[in-house]
Amino acid sequence: MSALEPAALAQPLASDGPPTLTKQARAQNGHRPARTEPAAVRIALTLIALAFLGLFIGLPLLLVFVEAFKRGAAAYVAALSDPDALAAIRLTLLVAAISVTANVIFGLVASWAIAKFEFAGKSLLITLIDLPFSVSPVVAGLIYVLLFGSQGLLAAPLQAWDIKIIFALPGIVLATIFVTFPFVARELIPLMQEQGTAEEEAAISLGASGLSTFFRVTLPNVKWALLYGVLLCNARAMGEFGAVSVVSGHVRGLTNTMPLHIEILYNEYQFGASFAVASLLALLALVTLIAKTVLESRLAEEEPR
Amino acid sequence: MATATASRLTFRKPSVIPGFGLTFGLTLTWLCLIVLLPLSALFLKTSELSFDRLLVIMSNARTLHALQISFGLSLAAAAINLVFGGLVVWVLVRYDFPFKRVVDAIIDIPFALPTAVAGIALTTLYAENGWIGSLLAPLGIQVSFTPLGILVALVFIGLPFVVRTVQPVLADLDAELEDAAASLGATRGQTIWRVVLPSIWPALLTGFAMAFARAVGEYGSVIFIAGNLPGVSEIAPLLIVIRLEEFRYADATAIASVMLLASFVLLFIINRLQHWAESRGGRER
Amino acid sequence: MSIDVVNITKTYKAFTALDAVNLHIPTGELVALLGPSGSGKTTLLRIIAGLEWPDSGEIRFDGADALNRSVGERNVGFVFQHYALFRHMSVFENVAFGLRVRKGADKLPEAAIRAKVNELLALVQIDWLAERYPAQLSGGQRQRVALARALAISPRILLLDEPFGALDAKVRKELRRWLRQLHEELPVTSVLVTHDQEEALELADRVVVMGKGRIEQIGTPGEVYDTPATAFVHDFIGESLSLPADVRGGRLFLGERAIALDSQGASEGPARLLARPHEVDLADPAQAPFFGKVLAVRTFGPIRRADIQIVVPSGHVVVEAAVPFGEGLEIGSQVGLVPRRYRVFGAKA
Repeated sequence: MSALEPAALAQPLASDGPPTLTKQARAQNGHRPARTEPAAVRIALTLIALAFLGLFIGLPLLLVFVEAFKRGAAAYVAALSDPDALAAIRLTLLVAAISVTANVIFGLVASWAIAKFEFAGKSLLITLIDLPFSVSPVVAGLIYVLLFGSQGLLAAPLQAWDIKIIFALPGIVLATIFVTFPFVARELIPLMQEQGTAEEEAAISLGASGLSTFFRVTLPNVKWALLYGVLLCNARAMGEFGAVSVVSGHVRGLTNTMPLHIEILYNEYQFGASFAVASLLALLALVTLIAKTVLESRLAEEEPR
Repeated sequence: MATATASRLTFRKPSVIPGFGLTFGLTLTWLCLIVLLPLSALFLKTSELSFDRLLVIMSNARTLHALQISFGLSLAAAAINLVFGGLVVWVLVRYDFPFKRVVDAIIDIPFALPTAVAGIALTTLYAENGWIGSLLAPLGIQVSFTPLGILVALVFIGLPFVVRTVQPVLADLDAELEDAAASLGATRGQTIWRVVLPSIWPALLTGFAMAFARAVGEYGSVIFIAGNLPGVSEIAPLLIVIRLEEFRYADATAIASVMLLASFVLLFIINRLQHWAESRGGRER
Repeated sequence: MSIDVVNITKTYKAFTALDAVNLHIPTGELVALLGPSGSGKTTLLRIIAGLEWPDSGEIRFDGADALNRSVGERNVGFVFQHYALFRHMSVFENVAFGLRVRKGADKLPEAAIRAKVNELLALVQIDWLAERYPAQLSGGQRQRVALARALAISPRILLLDEPFGALDAKVRKELRRWLRQLHEELPVTSVLVTHDQEEALELADRVVVMGKGRIEQIGTPGEVYDTPATAFVHDFIGESLSLPADVRGGRLFLGERAIALDSQGASEGPARLLARPHEVDLADPAQAPFFGKVLAVRTFGPIRRADIQIVVPSGHVVVEAAVPFGEGLEIGSQVGLVPRRYRVFGAKA
């Protein structure tokens, strides 16, 4: 192995007498380790990749924070303490809390059924759970409008009982649950499938009840994956724009979430305020990514060997 | 005695782990309420339309343009991501450079950053007075408020799909394969072309299809930068929203059904690709 | 506690895992279920444990029906093939688990749990590992934790599924002796599943040889090795040399040639003659019942073996015979074979 390293190659060369440049170059081309490219190619490829990432991902991220603070800290604070902004933040937190809770419960229930039992149609069920990922957010919003809207399929009974779903909190929550539907389940299902059922069988053979097996054995075994799913689910729930935009009705201070508030401010040319609110969501994204990176090493521990 | 035993046993569950009925029932119920019933509402509404009406809506020039722009630019963006995403994966997996972990983490920004935030950031970046836009303007290149802007946004949101799909496959690729190819006399180029690329090809295609599927339905990051000129830079999801705001529910429904069908087809293709990837370059289990 | 397996049948779709199996295991005995993979031994063990249910048949513990009791109620200690240790719990908590999940009157006070766990950890000689986590243990140590955990619930029956399967050869041998000792100290009725004949023969009071969902033979290690009941058992346990033969009129034939060996009452028709390689003597080809050409001679340590090609009606077979020390065998020469001990099985057996 070490014989393939460039450093090791220098030695036989040295014993051959004073290496000339051409000889060294030839030796490096001829005896380069089989698994990599010439240094020049490596550097060029790395630079192209980094430039691409910087241009498409680094710059936009940086710009959010620069634009947010361009007009000074006072303007930043003012933008965030505006009553409409505060209302949007509150609504976003509420919606995220409800939809993350719903998806955690669903994720745990679904992954228990799918990972711990064998039944026909399992892969179809998994595909259906993943389905919301591939549906356009706009379509996700639209289907709830078609169901609960003023001309929707359930318009009559909803009107009769005076229940408002579209252009109100329930619609926003439903649309958010839809777009974040698979997040927790898809983190848990593969892991729990890999972990198998032996530990649960062991617990039950030692006299544990089903619930006690779940809380003492299964849940601790997937806690990091669960947290990981919650994190991603939460980031998406707080940031969802398309689906929420269709069902919200954009009522300032009432049905505006943070992303919708950003849109309104931006369209009113209040760029500073718009980026100030955006910087909060960008910060959330960064925190999510950092936590995700930290969690990934924990996740590896949960993988069965 | 034996028959009594047998008949009693038929009702036993085949597993000692309890809770299947409850959890399976809840899963199915919740899935139906949140996902399947609302989605079927879309098809129900579409089926209420007469065929002629459907034909009129779908052959409308503005609709066709919007679909063309959405699908065409998504394809282009996915292709760009296939090339550059593949390059990024190669560099990340095979080479060492400073701050590699940070760079690796940053790939997920398009997943984590809300689309509206990405939208306004990209728009400002590529506007005529923006950091990049001001450099491109003297060259006569306008990005913001043109189809080029849409492309930029779609490349942004699609990149992690390619990278995160291919990365584990390339990392798991048995390095001895390359040694073997080299020992048999293959040049580095031949080894990559004939050994490495075929091994990660299924994963690359899966990532491509996922990036494409995401781009077709993308809304938030596109609408700010697109300019939204009907027939030029108006994407299909936006047209659905516009029709909805005009209370033209039939139009919105019809376009959405087409988009949803496309999603299903793509989902199916991605599913097949993943199976293929698992049977080929994927991890051995 | 004794175990009775009565007419147990279990099928998975088209595959019959267990075919009307009957077995009696007396109290305090250590029994090995031995067989190749797919022979149904693990399925039988899991049915006894209550982890799976048979299609028909009965399981009785001390004569009482066990099938209507769940695994938790059967009070069996089960040691899983890959141990199934709870990975987020320390060794101590793993062993304590069965005591902690008890409810109501059965619940032990914390001090009693600690005392019992410590006693068990000392018994399996890993008290110094109590605070470690399963990932920090070697295979042999995990095995001991799994056993201590199973013993913690004071099981009336101990069931072990391939307990040494995941260990390397040296540790395996060591643990085998230790488990046997433990069984002497703590005579719980034990059933162990293994595909390793050496393990079964060394450990068990009695060996149950299984093949294709049926029990082929039940007997002491000596019995199944020395007097295999079927050709399957002869083949599966120990080394075998096998020759096709025919029984006609109570006499043994190789093709048209009568052989001066006892047909041992095997049924008329095609049969197989089986012998252990070390129980076959080399002899003058002209006077031996079998003869053939020496193809190769191999030496491993103290043992020398020769491959000998014997012509039979259907062509030829190559058998392996022991070569005594000092015997010079030339490759290509003809040599005769005289089995000292052998068994003849009719084709149906």
